[in-house]
Amino acid sequence: MNQTTKPMDPAVTVSRWNHAATATTGASALGLLALVAVPYFAGGPAEQPLITLLTLVAMASLWNLLAGFSGLTSFGQHAYIGLGAYALYLAAAHGVNPFAGIALAAVAAAVISLPVSVLVLRLSGGYFAVATLVIAAVFQIVASLSQTVGGTTGVSVPGLAGYGPVLREALIYWATLAVAVASVAGVYLLVRRTFGLDARAVGSDPVAAAAAGVRVGRIRRLAYLVAAGGAGAVGALIALQTLYVEPTSVFNIQYSVYMLFMVLIGGMGTIEGPVLGALVLFGLQEALASYGAWYLVIVGGLAVAATLVASRGLWGLVSDRFGWSLLPVGYRVREHR
Amino acid sequence: MTWVNAVIQGLLLGGQYALIACGLSLTFGVMRIVNLAHGDLAVCGAYLGLVLSAALGVPVWVTLPLLLPAAFAAGLLLQALLFGRALRHGVLAPVLVTFGLSVMIENLLQVAATSDPRGLNGGALALASFRIGSITVSWLFMTAFLTACAVLSGVQLLLSRTSWGRKVRATADDLDTARLVGIRVRPLFAVVSGIAIATAALAGVFIGTIGTFDPLAGSNTLIFAFEAVVIGGLGSLWGTLIGGMALGVTQVVVGQWNEAYAVLAVHLLFLAVLAVRPGGLFASHQVASEVAGAGALG
Repeated sequence: MNQTTKPMDPAVTVSRWNHAATATTGASALGLLALVAVPYFAGGPAEQPLITLLTLVAMASLWNLLAGFSGLTSFGQHAYIGLGAYALYLAAAHGVNPFAGIALAAVAAAVISLPVSVLVLRLSGGYFAVATLVIAAVFQIVASLSQTVGGTTGVSVPGLAGYGPVLREALIYWATLAVAVASVAGVYLLVRRTFGLDARAVGSDPVAAAAAGVRVGRIRRLAYLVAAGGAGAVGALIALQTLYVEPTSVFNIQYSVYMLFMVLIGGMGTIEGPVLGALVLFGLQEALASYGAWYLVIVGGLAVAATLVASRGLWGLVSDRFGWSLLPVGYRVREHR
Repeated sequence: MTWVNAVIQGLLLGGQYALIACGLSLTFGVMRIVNLAHGDLAVCGAYLGLVLSAALGVPVWVTLPLLLPAAFAAGLLLQALLFGRALRHGVLAPVLVTFGLSVMIENLLQVAATSDPRGLNGGALALASFRIGSITVSWLFMTAFLTACAVLSGVQLLLSRTSWGRKVRATADDLDTARLVGIRVRPLFAVVSGIAIATAALAGVFIGTIGTFDPLAGSNTLIFAFEAVVIGGLGSLWGTLIGGMALGVTQVVVGQWNEAYAVLAVHLLFLAVLAVRPGGLFASHQVASEVAGAGALG
């Protein structure tokens, strides 16, 4: 991994990995084992909140790939959440196992996002943002006009009657865990490759990146496709969790608002930040659930404040203060004394 | 004759879209901010009209001398507190900040005014109409259309004929050089933002009088205004008017055939223009390439 950055000057070492990263990876592996085991020792009461949290973690990591690394502020990711939910319904209605349907939903969302990307990636910045909203609106209208998927009333997801309630709950939990881990780890592994450097170059200055030989269009498209596929998987999970797919609830802009909030609060362009942001949003949801619309007023206000006051989010504050980097994506140059 | 009628009603409806889009186009053209809360600010204007006209017991038109200055002041305030700061935090910050503002406004309105749809008291004008041959034209639609034309030409004249407008254009072309030659950019941006929000509020009043509005109406309003701007071509206010009319005609004519497909057709028209001429139909080349930004790079 480090051979391309071997230093010319022996007084300097360039490294990415550190002891904290080894400790984090080890702790994450243990934590993951504990999470996998949750259905055996804790059951339903622990699974429900964890499913919500893990869904948020997946959404945040994927949006971070888009906005945090590649500079693509899409507020229309709920287009692919809805698409994934409908894809899962269609797969299940045609006899596919609903859990296998999650992968199909991801593929379907990624495939459909390809022609969409040709259109929306013609724009950038705020114009790109509104164009993604238009796409979400189009998908929602098409879904509510299609009688095969129940029009505006929606449809219930079939194919889960064969599972007992305990097993079904556990399977949904494991599927959510798998999608969340795949999102965080997938984004981490992706941005550690050359893609990560290119994406950050495109995100911070596309013209300079293009001048330096980065294939801007290809980077933006790849980020868009991966984020759409991931959102499709999340949408499929949401369909499994609620067992009902209806246009206004699956194409809800609230999902995009949550993604924005978690990534901004946690810290854009880091791996740790979105996970932290998901924990913060989860905590806020639990604490403020009874306040209805006020809860979203606070969410919006905190997102604005984070952008203006702490643009690198909570994780940025922590890592600046203590110099921590648990899951490093960049390199560190150290001088020997 | 129903089709001719549909086209005429569509043209008039398009005026409203152009009126909302005017401010969106202005803030982008001058400050490079796509204000994602623009539609919500228009809806705020409608709610303010509702409160004022109920408090004073008069049709909403009478409250405009209070409402428009208030909206202008809100624009100055937003520029000072949010937009100006966001601009200093890079290219992504304005997008994130205005989206956060949009979320706040929509939910604050839900808290303050519940999600019931409301309409505004348009007085006698709301019911009056006149006939051309067999076609009935509502005075309200006609007023909205003429207001849109007047506002767009007013802003256009302000930009092209006054010394203030020259400063605005210079700043839009090159911010740093404008500063170097002594233009005070902050107050200039504040006034532009004030004008943009005031036109949004005016558009909101028309939306609220012609139809109904609720706290979440802002998102759709934004999308329509945005489509008018893109179809017409960025940086061209006349293009925006034509873009708005193209939207209006599409919506009413398709709605005549099947109401369920009207809004979908508008979005598809927008996507088709994006596919064929991403800069819009009347864009200046410079602005179009700025909007495409990274999209134009290989």
